[in-house]
Amino acid sequence: MVYTFRGGIHPGPHSDPGFKAATNTKPIEVMPAPEQVILPVSMHIGAPAKPIVAKGDIVDMGQMIAEAGGFVSAPVHATVSGKVIAVEPRLHPNGSKVMSIVIENDGEDRLHESVHPYDFASMTNDERINLIWTAGMVGHGGATFPTHVKIKGAIGTVDTVIVNAAECEPYITSDHRLLLERPEEVVGGLKMLCDIIGAKQGIIGIELNKENAFAKLEELIKDDDRLKLYPLKCKYPQGAEKQLINACTGREVPSGKLPADAGCAVFNVDTTGAIYRRFTTGMPVVRRVVTVSGSAVADPKNLEARIGTPIVKLIDACGGLKEAPNKLLMGGPMMGNAQFSLDIPVMKGTNAFLCFSGEEDKRVEDPKCIRCGKCIAACPMHLLPMYMNVYGKLGDLDECVKVGMMDCIECGSCAYVCPARIPLVAQFRLSKGQITAKRMAAKAAAEAKAKAEAAAAEAKK
Amino acid sequence: MYDLSKVVVTSSPHIKAADDTRSLMLDVCIALLPALAVSVLTFGARSLVLTVATVIACVLAEWLYCKVCHLPSSIGDLSAVVTGMLLAFNVPVSAPVWMPVIGGVFAIIIAKMLFGGIGKNFMNPALAGRAFMMASWSGLMTLWTRVGADLPFFGSVTVTDAISTATPLATLKTGALPDATIVEMLLGQTGGCLGETSALALLIGGAYLLYRKVITINIPAAYILTVAVITFAFPMGGGDLAYRFQWMLSQVLSGGLMLGAIFMATDYVTSPVTSDGQWIFGVGCGLLTVFIRYFGGLPEGVSYSILIMNTLVWTIDKYNRPRMFGYPEKSKKKKEAQ
Repeated sequence: MVYTFRGGIHPGPHSDPGFKAATNTKPIEVMPAPEQVILPVSMHIGAPAKPIVAKGDIVDMGQMIAEAGGFVSAPVHATVSGKVIAVEPRLHPNGSKVMSIVIENDGEDRLHESVHPYDFASMTNDERINLIWTAGMVGHGGATFPTHVKIKGAIGTVDTVIVNAAECEPYITSDHRLLLERPEEVVGGLKMLCDIIGAKQGIIGIELNKENAFAKLEELIKDDDRLKLYPLKCKYPQGAEKQLINACTGREVPSGKLPADAGCAVFNVDTTGAIYRRFTTGMPVVRRVVTVSGSAVADPKNLEARIGTPIVKLIDACGGLKEAPNKLLMGGPMMGNAQFSLDIPVMKGTNAFLCFSGEEDKRVEDPKCIRCGKCIAACPMHLLPMYMNVYGKLGDLDECVKVGMMDCIECGSCAYVCPARIPLVAQFRLSKGQITAKRMAAKAAAEAKAKAEAAAAEAKK
Repeated sequence: MYDLSKVVVTSSPHIKAADDTRSLMLDVCIALLPALAVSVLTFGARSLVLTVATVIACVLAEWLYCKVCHLPSSIGDLSAVVTGMLLAFNVPVSAPVWMPVIGGVFAIIIAKMLFGGIGKNFMNPALAGRAFMMASWSGLMTLWTRVGADLPFFGSVTVTDAISTATPLATLKTGALPDATIVEMLLGQTGGCLGETSALALLIGGAYLLYRKVITINIPAAYILTVAVITFAFPMGGGDLAYRFQWMLSQVLSGGLMLGAIFMATDYVTSPVTSDGQWIFGVGCGLLTVFIRYFGGLPEGVSYSILIMNTLVWTIDKYNRPRMFGYPEKSKKKKEAQ
């Protein structure tokens, strides 16, 4: 039985589905730690972390250098041992300058005293969650939502934990290699998650293009009745949270609600592995696997790098660029962010860095919709992208909402298939922003009116 | 250091599928070739002359319009070529060359470009052109040629040359089965418009379009099945099962039904985009076609029924939106409302 959802697309040619052939057979290569690491205090969704070290401090590997800035926040740890040489705004992959802690590596990789194995079995749930929080754990798939918040919200409401091993984004193979080379970490982490959350079942949802990892995973899960391996059809966006839950359980996350409302919690492969490592070795999030690929890269690879390593070092490790690139992407080609510099650091959610030199994005001047309806067939949320674009352009925001604007997950399937090459997702982001702004303005107006009325009533008295 | 001078920053996604408007239109042209080949074999090279002349007229008209209006030329998308081929397929082989040429200019300028060009027209340009010619030169539009008649390449064709013949549809209109056999209708060995006679060649083209995922099966299936079911249930002159069957097959295989259902009703711009909407559209076309064939003043109803349904496309789309992911079923919603 192979599971899937309705809609979606099949990127890549028949000879190389998902453009993964360049790296899916290449073992993870551990990069030497760089001379300097740049650690932004915002590598997650939520409040930025607060630096707790100053310029000149000597830090150890695994030492917390910035503490969580709130409940929905994650701390940052030193990923090398050495000296803090700057605490200042540096270029961040979001395009702006963000407060960052720069550490000069002394090459010793001296471990911090907090890095030691923990006894998972003897700990209380609160202690376990706290240990995950203090490890700076976030969703490593790119969304970077703090893991402890997800776990807390899941206890008592969630019966199914799913490890997202779909890796549907084209080009990316970092999770594939982890599942092949370190499956015990992923399965171990999943067991821990099931224990903490009290889930009835733990599912590994994995696309068929990773079939060579099935045997080992099945071997590892067979002694635990809760764990199951669900083969998924190779289709983008199979790994989108809502589509993955739908494929594995048949449930639909209601519009505007969270996966927990469908009784599910979804965790990334690398995050699951990091949770396992946190308990068995005590190491917080200090490294991750990054796929470096794309038509401009000389020798595409899967690299394990310290968080904070400048991207340019990864490019160097892949033999450099064989052509001048025209697109630099952090993340996959469907949902990743375009970059203009190679001086940005590897972050917790950096699963890939791609450099394109060809005509991959096929932009055109003045695209014209021919109403072919391919976007509608491709939409995994069953929306009407074609009409969303029409009403979005017209500025008819009410009609936009009716055809599904706010339910759009920006997966890019519609824009990928569009034969007219209309930048649909760009329009949707714009319209969503307008709708949100309108709603906030309406809310503020209503509050101001209520206040004024209350004041008037007060005055009458 | 690396050369980053060419780097651009855009919104995701950063890769696109290979198919574009041009390749889709090219696929439609390819799918029309079997029918054109059958036409040339059946009616002679005049078919080819008419088709090429109409295509050139359509492309030139669009190019000139863009030039005059200072717009970037849009002929590269090949949609004018498709319009030209379809329009030529809709005239009798005996037609003088100037007629589809004028029809083509009308189709492109009036029915398409004045509404804003590709994607903005609300009527299928080729069908609008055909309706225009039908209204202007109805005699020339219904001068049918006998199979194998020796027609000149270019010059005008007189009634005696054309050796006018009754089409299967005209016979059906009188309530009798046509002389042509089912096999003759499949292979296009009957009187009729240039490209509409061979149901088999058109079906092969349709299969190609389905294989290439240019069209979905919804509209052709809904259209053809509707015509088949109604003509089977209500045959003119009524009779036993074998008669009904033959009546139904003659209705389905003759006239412009195959050409209309596979190539005209599936025109992207003028058909619904949701799958429910496409089925409704196809059924509507089928119903109207049979009504016009049975009760109308004309033997053929395909083009007018598609044109009528064209005008309803946005309405059909609006009331057949799919259930969005994460929303309750429509029937449930109604129950909850009650």
